[in-house]
Amino acid sequence: MATSFRDALNSGKFVITSEIGPPKGTNLEKMYHHIDLLKDKVDAMNVTDHQSSVMRFPSIGGCLAIKEHGGEPILQMTCRDRNRLALQAELLLAYTRGIRNVLCLTGDAVPVGDHKEAKGVFDLDSVQLLRTIRQLESGKDLGENDLDGAVEFCAGAIVTPEATPIAPQLVKFEKKIEAGAEFFQTQAIYDLDNFGKFMQYARQFPVKVLAGIVLLVSARMAKYMTENVPGIFVPQNLIDELVAAPKGEVLNKGIEIAGRMIAALKNDSTCDGVHVMAIGREEVVPDILAAAGL
Amino acid sequence: MKSITRQKPFDEIKEELEGLDRIYIIGCGTCATMTRTGGREEVLDMKDHLQEVGKMVTGWTVIPTACDEMTEVALRENNGAIQNANCILVMSCALGVHKVNSYIDKPVIPALDTLFIGIEDEPGNFHEVCAQCGQCVLGQTAGICPLTACHKGLLNGPCGGTNNGKCEVDKEKDCAWTLIYQRLEAQGRLNLMRKYQPIKNYQVVPRPRVTKIV
Ligand code: SF4
Ligand code: SF4
Repeated sequence: MATSFRDALNSGKFVITSEIGPPKGTNLEKMYHHIDLLKDKVDAMNVTDHQSSVMRFPSIGGCLAIKEHGGEPILQMTCRDRNRLALQAELLLAYTRGIRNVLCLTGDAVPVGDHKEAKGVFDLDSVQLLRTIRQLESGKDLGENDLDGAVEFCAGAIVTPEATPIAPQLVKFEKKIEAGAEFFQTQAIYDLDNFGKFMQYARQFPVKVLAGIVLLVSARMAKYMTENVPGIFVPQNLIDELVAAPKGEVLNKGIEIAGRMIAALKNDSTCDGVHVMAIGREEVVPDILAAAGL
Repeated sequence: MKSITRQKPFDEIKEELEGLDRIYIIGCGTCATMTRTGGREEVLDMKDHLQEVGKMVTGWTVIPTACDEMTEVALRENNGAIQNANCILVMSCALGVHKVNSYIDKPVIPALDTLFIGIEDEPGNFHEVCAQCGQCVLGQTAGICPLTACHKGLLNGPCGGTNNGKCEVDKEKDCAWTLIYQRLEAQGRLNLMRKYQPIKNYQVVPRPRVTKIV
């Protein structure tokens, strides 16, 4: 990837990012395969950080692998597992290894994961982590001590446009912008009218917004997410489409829906790009992009 | 203020009492009575249980407030039965356990787990309201503590896990930041939530925490 992610964001093009989920274990073959498959098709790849509080190969390890394979990584950093010393140290490491993009997240709660008795750290929150990045860029650490060599990152955060209630989320969204977020990736969105309304509001701020596109692989998954995943709402007409798809064609229907949504967002210039999440089905991301005409 | 406790599983108590066959039981007339974990009734139940498994109970008492100074007096009054025992089983919160431990050289074994310091909102319903952080922010959060009422202890607003005003970890529990937002809005003080809350000092009084009132 010749251009940096920040350059891509500022170029005015419709930006595409995708996600790499590191393995649980040391067999990296599948992850390398996904990286090679996607690195020239997307502008950057996020590497998840113990997503859903499930212990895995670390985000920074995945980012290094992306660098080695010639891609542009986005380091996901949650506040769940590290205190302020460890977070700062990892930012220093990331910078020295050519990782230039960080996505700051609170992190899922410990009890939803696979180490339910662990101590949740949350020494910082996502707003404070964004400010920490800007502080390190100024050449000082959080203790106001001088750094011998500073960092520079394109920093982003997430927002959930379908959260209920939405108002408290928007207060935090604005605090993240004030704290230095340059781009946002959203939680999965499916209702483009609702998302359009959110974007009308978001457009007043000098940030880039990439809409979260999560591939639907079955009607059951769509219903499950609507009922159980905070801030995700799949409209009934999409569920009906999946139900009506012939046997063996449901995944293709999901790909078609995702492609159609991306194309609509691009054609209407609703937002600045998309973040495609194919959770566990990374190999079909190129098909989704093809379905979107990209 | 109440110290909220839960009785340990009897098997765990039995394990801790291994090799200690003569036991003196102490209950507490305040919090542990209120939470029905270490009042008179529970102490008598414990006595029966211990006897059933072949232990000898040399005596028992329920101290009015196990964590205060009067505990020393109560212990002195029961000195005979205490001397007769080879350990003390305390059915109060850990504060009472500490207090008893400071007056007696014999092994002091807790029968309860101390869960949190909380208040009773409805009869029988206790919830934690303060984690003694040393730097109170209640004045800016409409009286709802983000460190205890929010699962993640977040200071700058809700996480993305909020669902219909409930918390990511439990559909039965309210999201603290939804409540804070609503109360601040009702008070016309939402500007407080918009203000950046700096990174917290987790060492206001470094552990072990002690302080002297002069
Ligand atoms: S902020 Fe919360 S934990 Fe800290 S003193 Fe106030 S109520 Fe207690
Ligand atoms: S849902 Fe609300 S209470 Fe629960 S962790 Fe998130 S912000 Fe805190």
